[in-house]
Amino acid sequence: MTTSFKNRNLLAVIGDEDSITGLLLAGIGHINEHQKNFLVVDSKTQVSTIEAAFQEFTERKDIAILLINQHIAEKIRPTVDKYSQAFPSLLEIPSKDHPYDPSKDSILKRVQKLFGE
Amino acid sequence: MSGTGARENIFATRMALTNTKLRLKGAQTGHSLLAKKRDALTTRFRAILRKVDEAKRKMGRVMQLASFSMAEVTYATGDISYLVQEQAKQATFRVKTKQENVSGVVLPTFEVDRVPGSDFNLTGLGRGGQQVLKAKEVYAKAIETLVELASLQTAFTILDEVIRATNRRVNAIEHVVMPRLENTIKYIISELDEMDREEFFRLKKVQGKKKRDNAAAEAQRLADAAERGEEPQEDEPEAEATEDLLSSKDNDVIF
Repeated sequence: MTTSFKNRNLLAVIGDEDSITGLLLAGIGHINEHQKNFLVVDSKTQVSTIEAAFQEFTERKDIAILLINQHIAEKIRPTVDKYSQAFPSLLEIPSKDHPYDPSKDSILKRVQKLFGE
Repeated sequence: MSGTGARENIFATRMALTNTKLRLKGAQTGHSLLAKKRDALTTRFRAILRKVDEAKRKMGRVMQLASFSMAEVTYATGDISYLVQEQAKQATFRVKTKQENVSGVVLPTFEVDRVPGSDFNLTGLGRGGQQVLKAKEVYAKAIETLVELASLQTAFTILDEVIRATNRRVNAIEHVVMPRLENTIKYIISELDEMDREEFFRLKKVQGKKKRDNAAAEAQRLADAAERGEEPQEDEPEAEATEDLLSSKDNDVIF
């Protein structure tokens, strides 16, 4: 469980165009021969594509943190809620059009539950 | 018999009793140690929980700011998303993982590891270069917050898991292992007592038999003597044998 985080040093993103652009500008983009570490999701993207990308990013061995826009996480909510691995750690981030809603976050839900509310 | 509750299937001997008592002591020590570990972890966990909550809210604000600066870029430069996506080659913004040890649990923490240089030197060259630079910085700040949050969250996930495992162990010892050992001890003690009573009874029986046999032999002897018309006179030596040892001085006793 805790042994395999030495080589993880990348961030991955699943998000809408604006979020991706900003994050890439900051320099998290990493592309090698056949895989990139981000997925641009727009209104035409299939849910299955998002699921596949989610699976790929969570199974890759070089990714430490996976960022996903909250409104996209909503689309694959069952998968996200089921995800409980420590690595890569999953972060739901707000996007431009969708402000952050703590009540939907899978981690915060657990926090709330633990506080007994 | 104390056959109530589960117990271990061992033969009731004094050695088994000692062993079981030792194991019970071991279980009690382990229980208190695990309980301490659980308390330490829970304290840490509560602190992290609070921080996670705070950081999540902070992230909301930071990301809003970042989106705003992105909007500025779009306004000044036009749509650069395609350009940026195509030009990204090597990550310059990476994270390093370090370990932290909390009562035997390894918690990783992420640290920002920025490599100087950028793939986007030409972006916004024509116009809006300043906005692009600003957006870059704002997003870098935002990601720093995100990384911080990610380490908290990872710690949260791992601690959650470990606390659950520890709780399971504490409960298992408290409700399964210790009662079983206690039952075993009770069982062994009752068995040993039972054996004691049996042994006592056996000895009593043996003595009774001996007495009966002796009485029979004596009666026989008396009968034989009576037949020969003599008085039995062999009580004397027996009386000598039961004489008080303390009253006489033995030559072999030195002091």
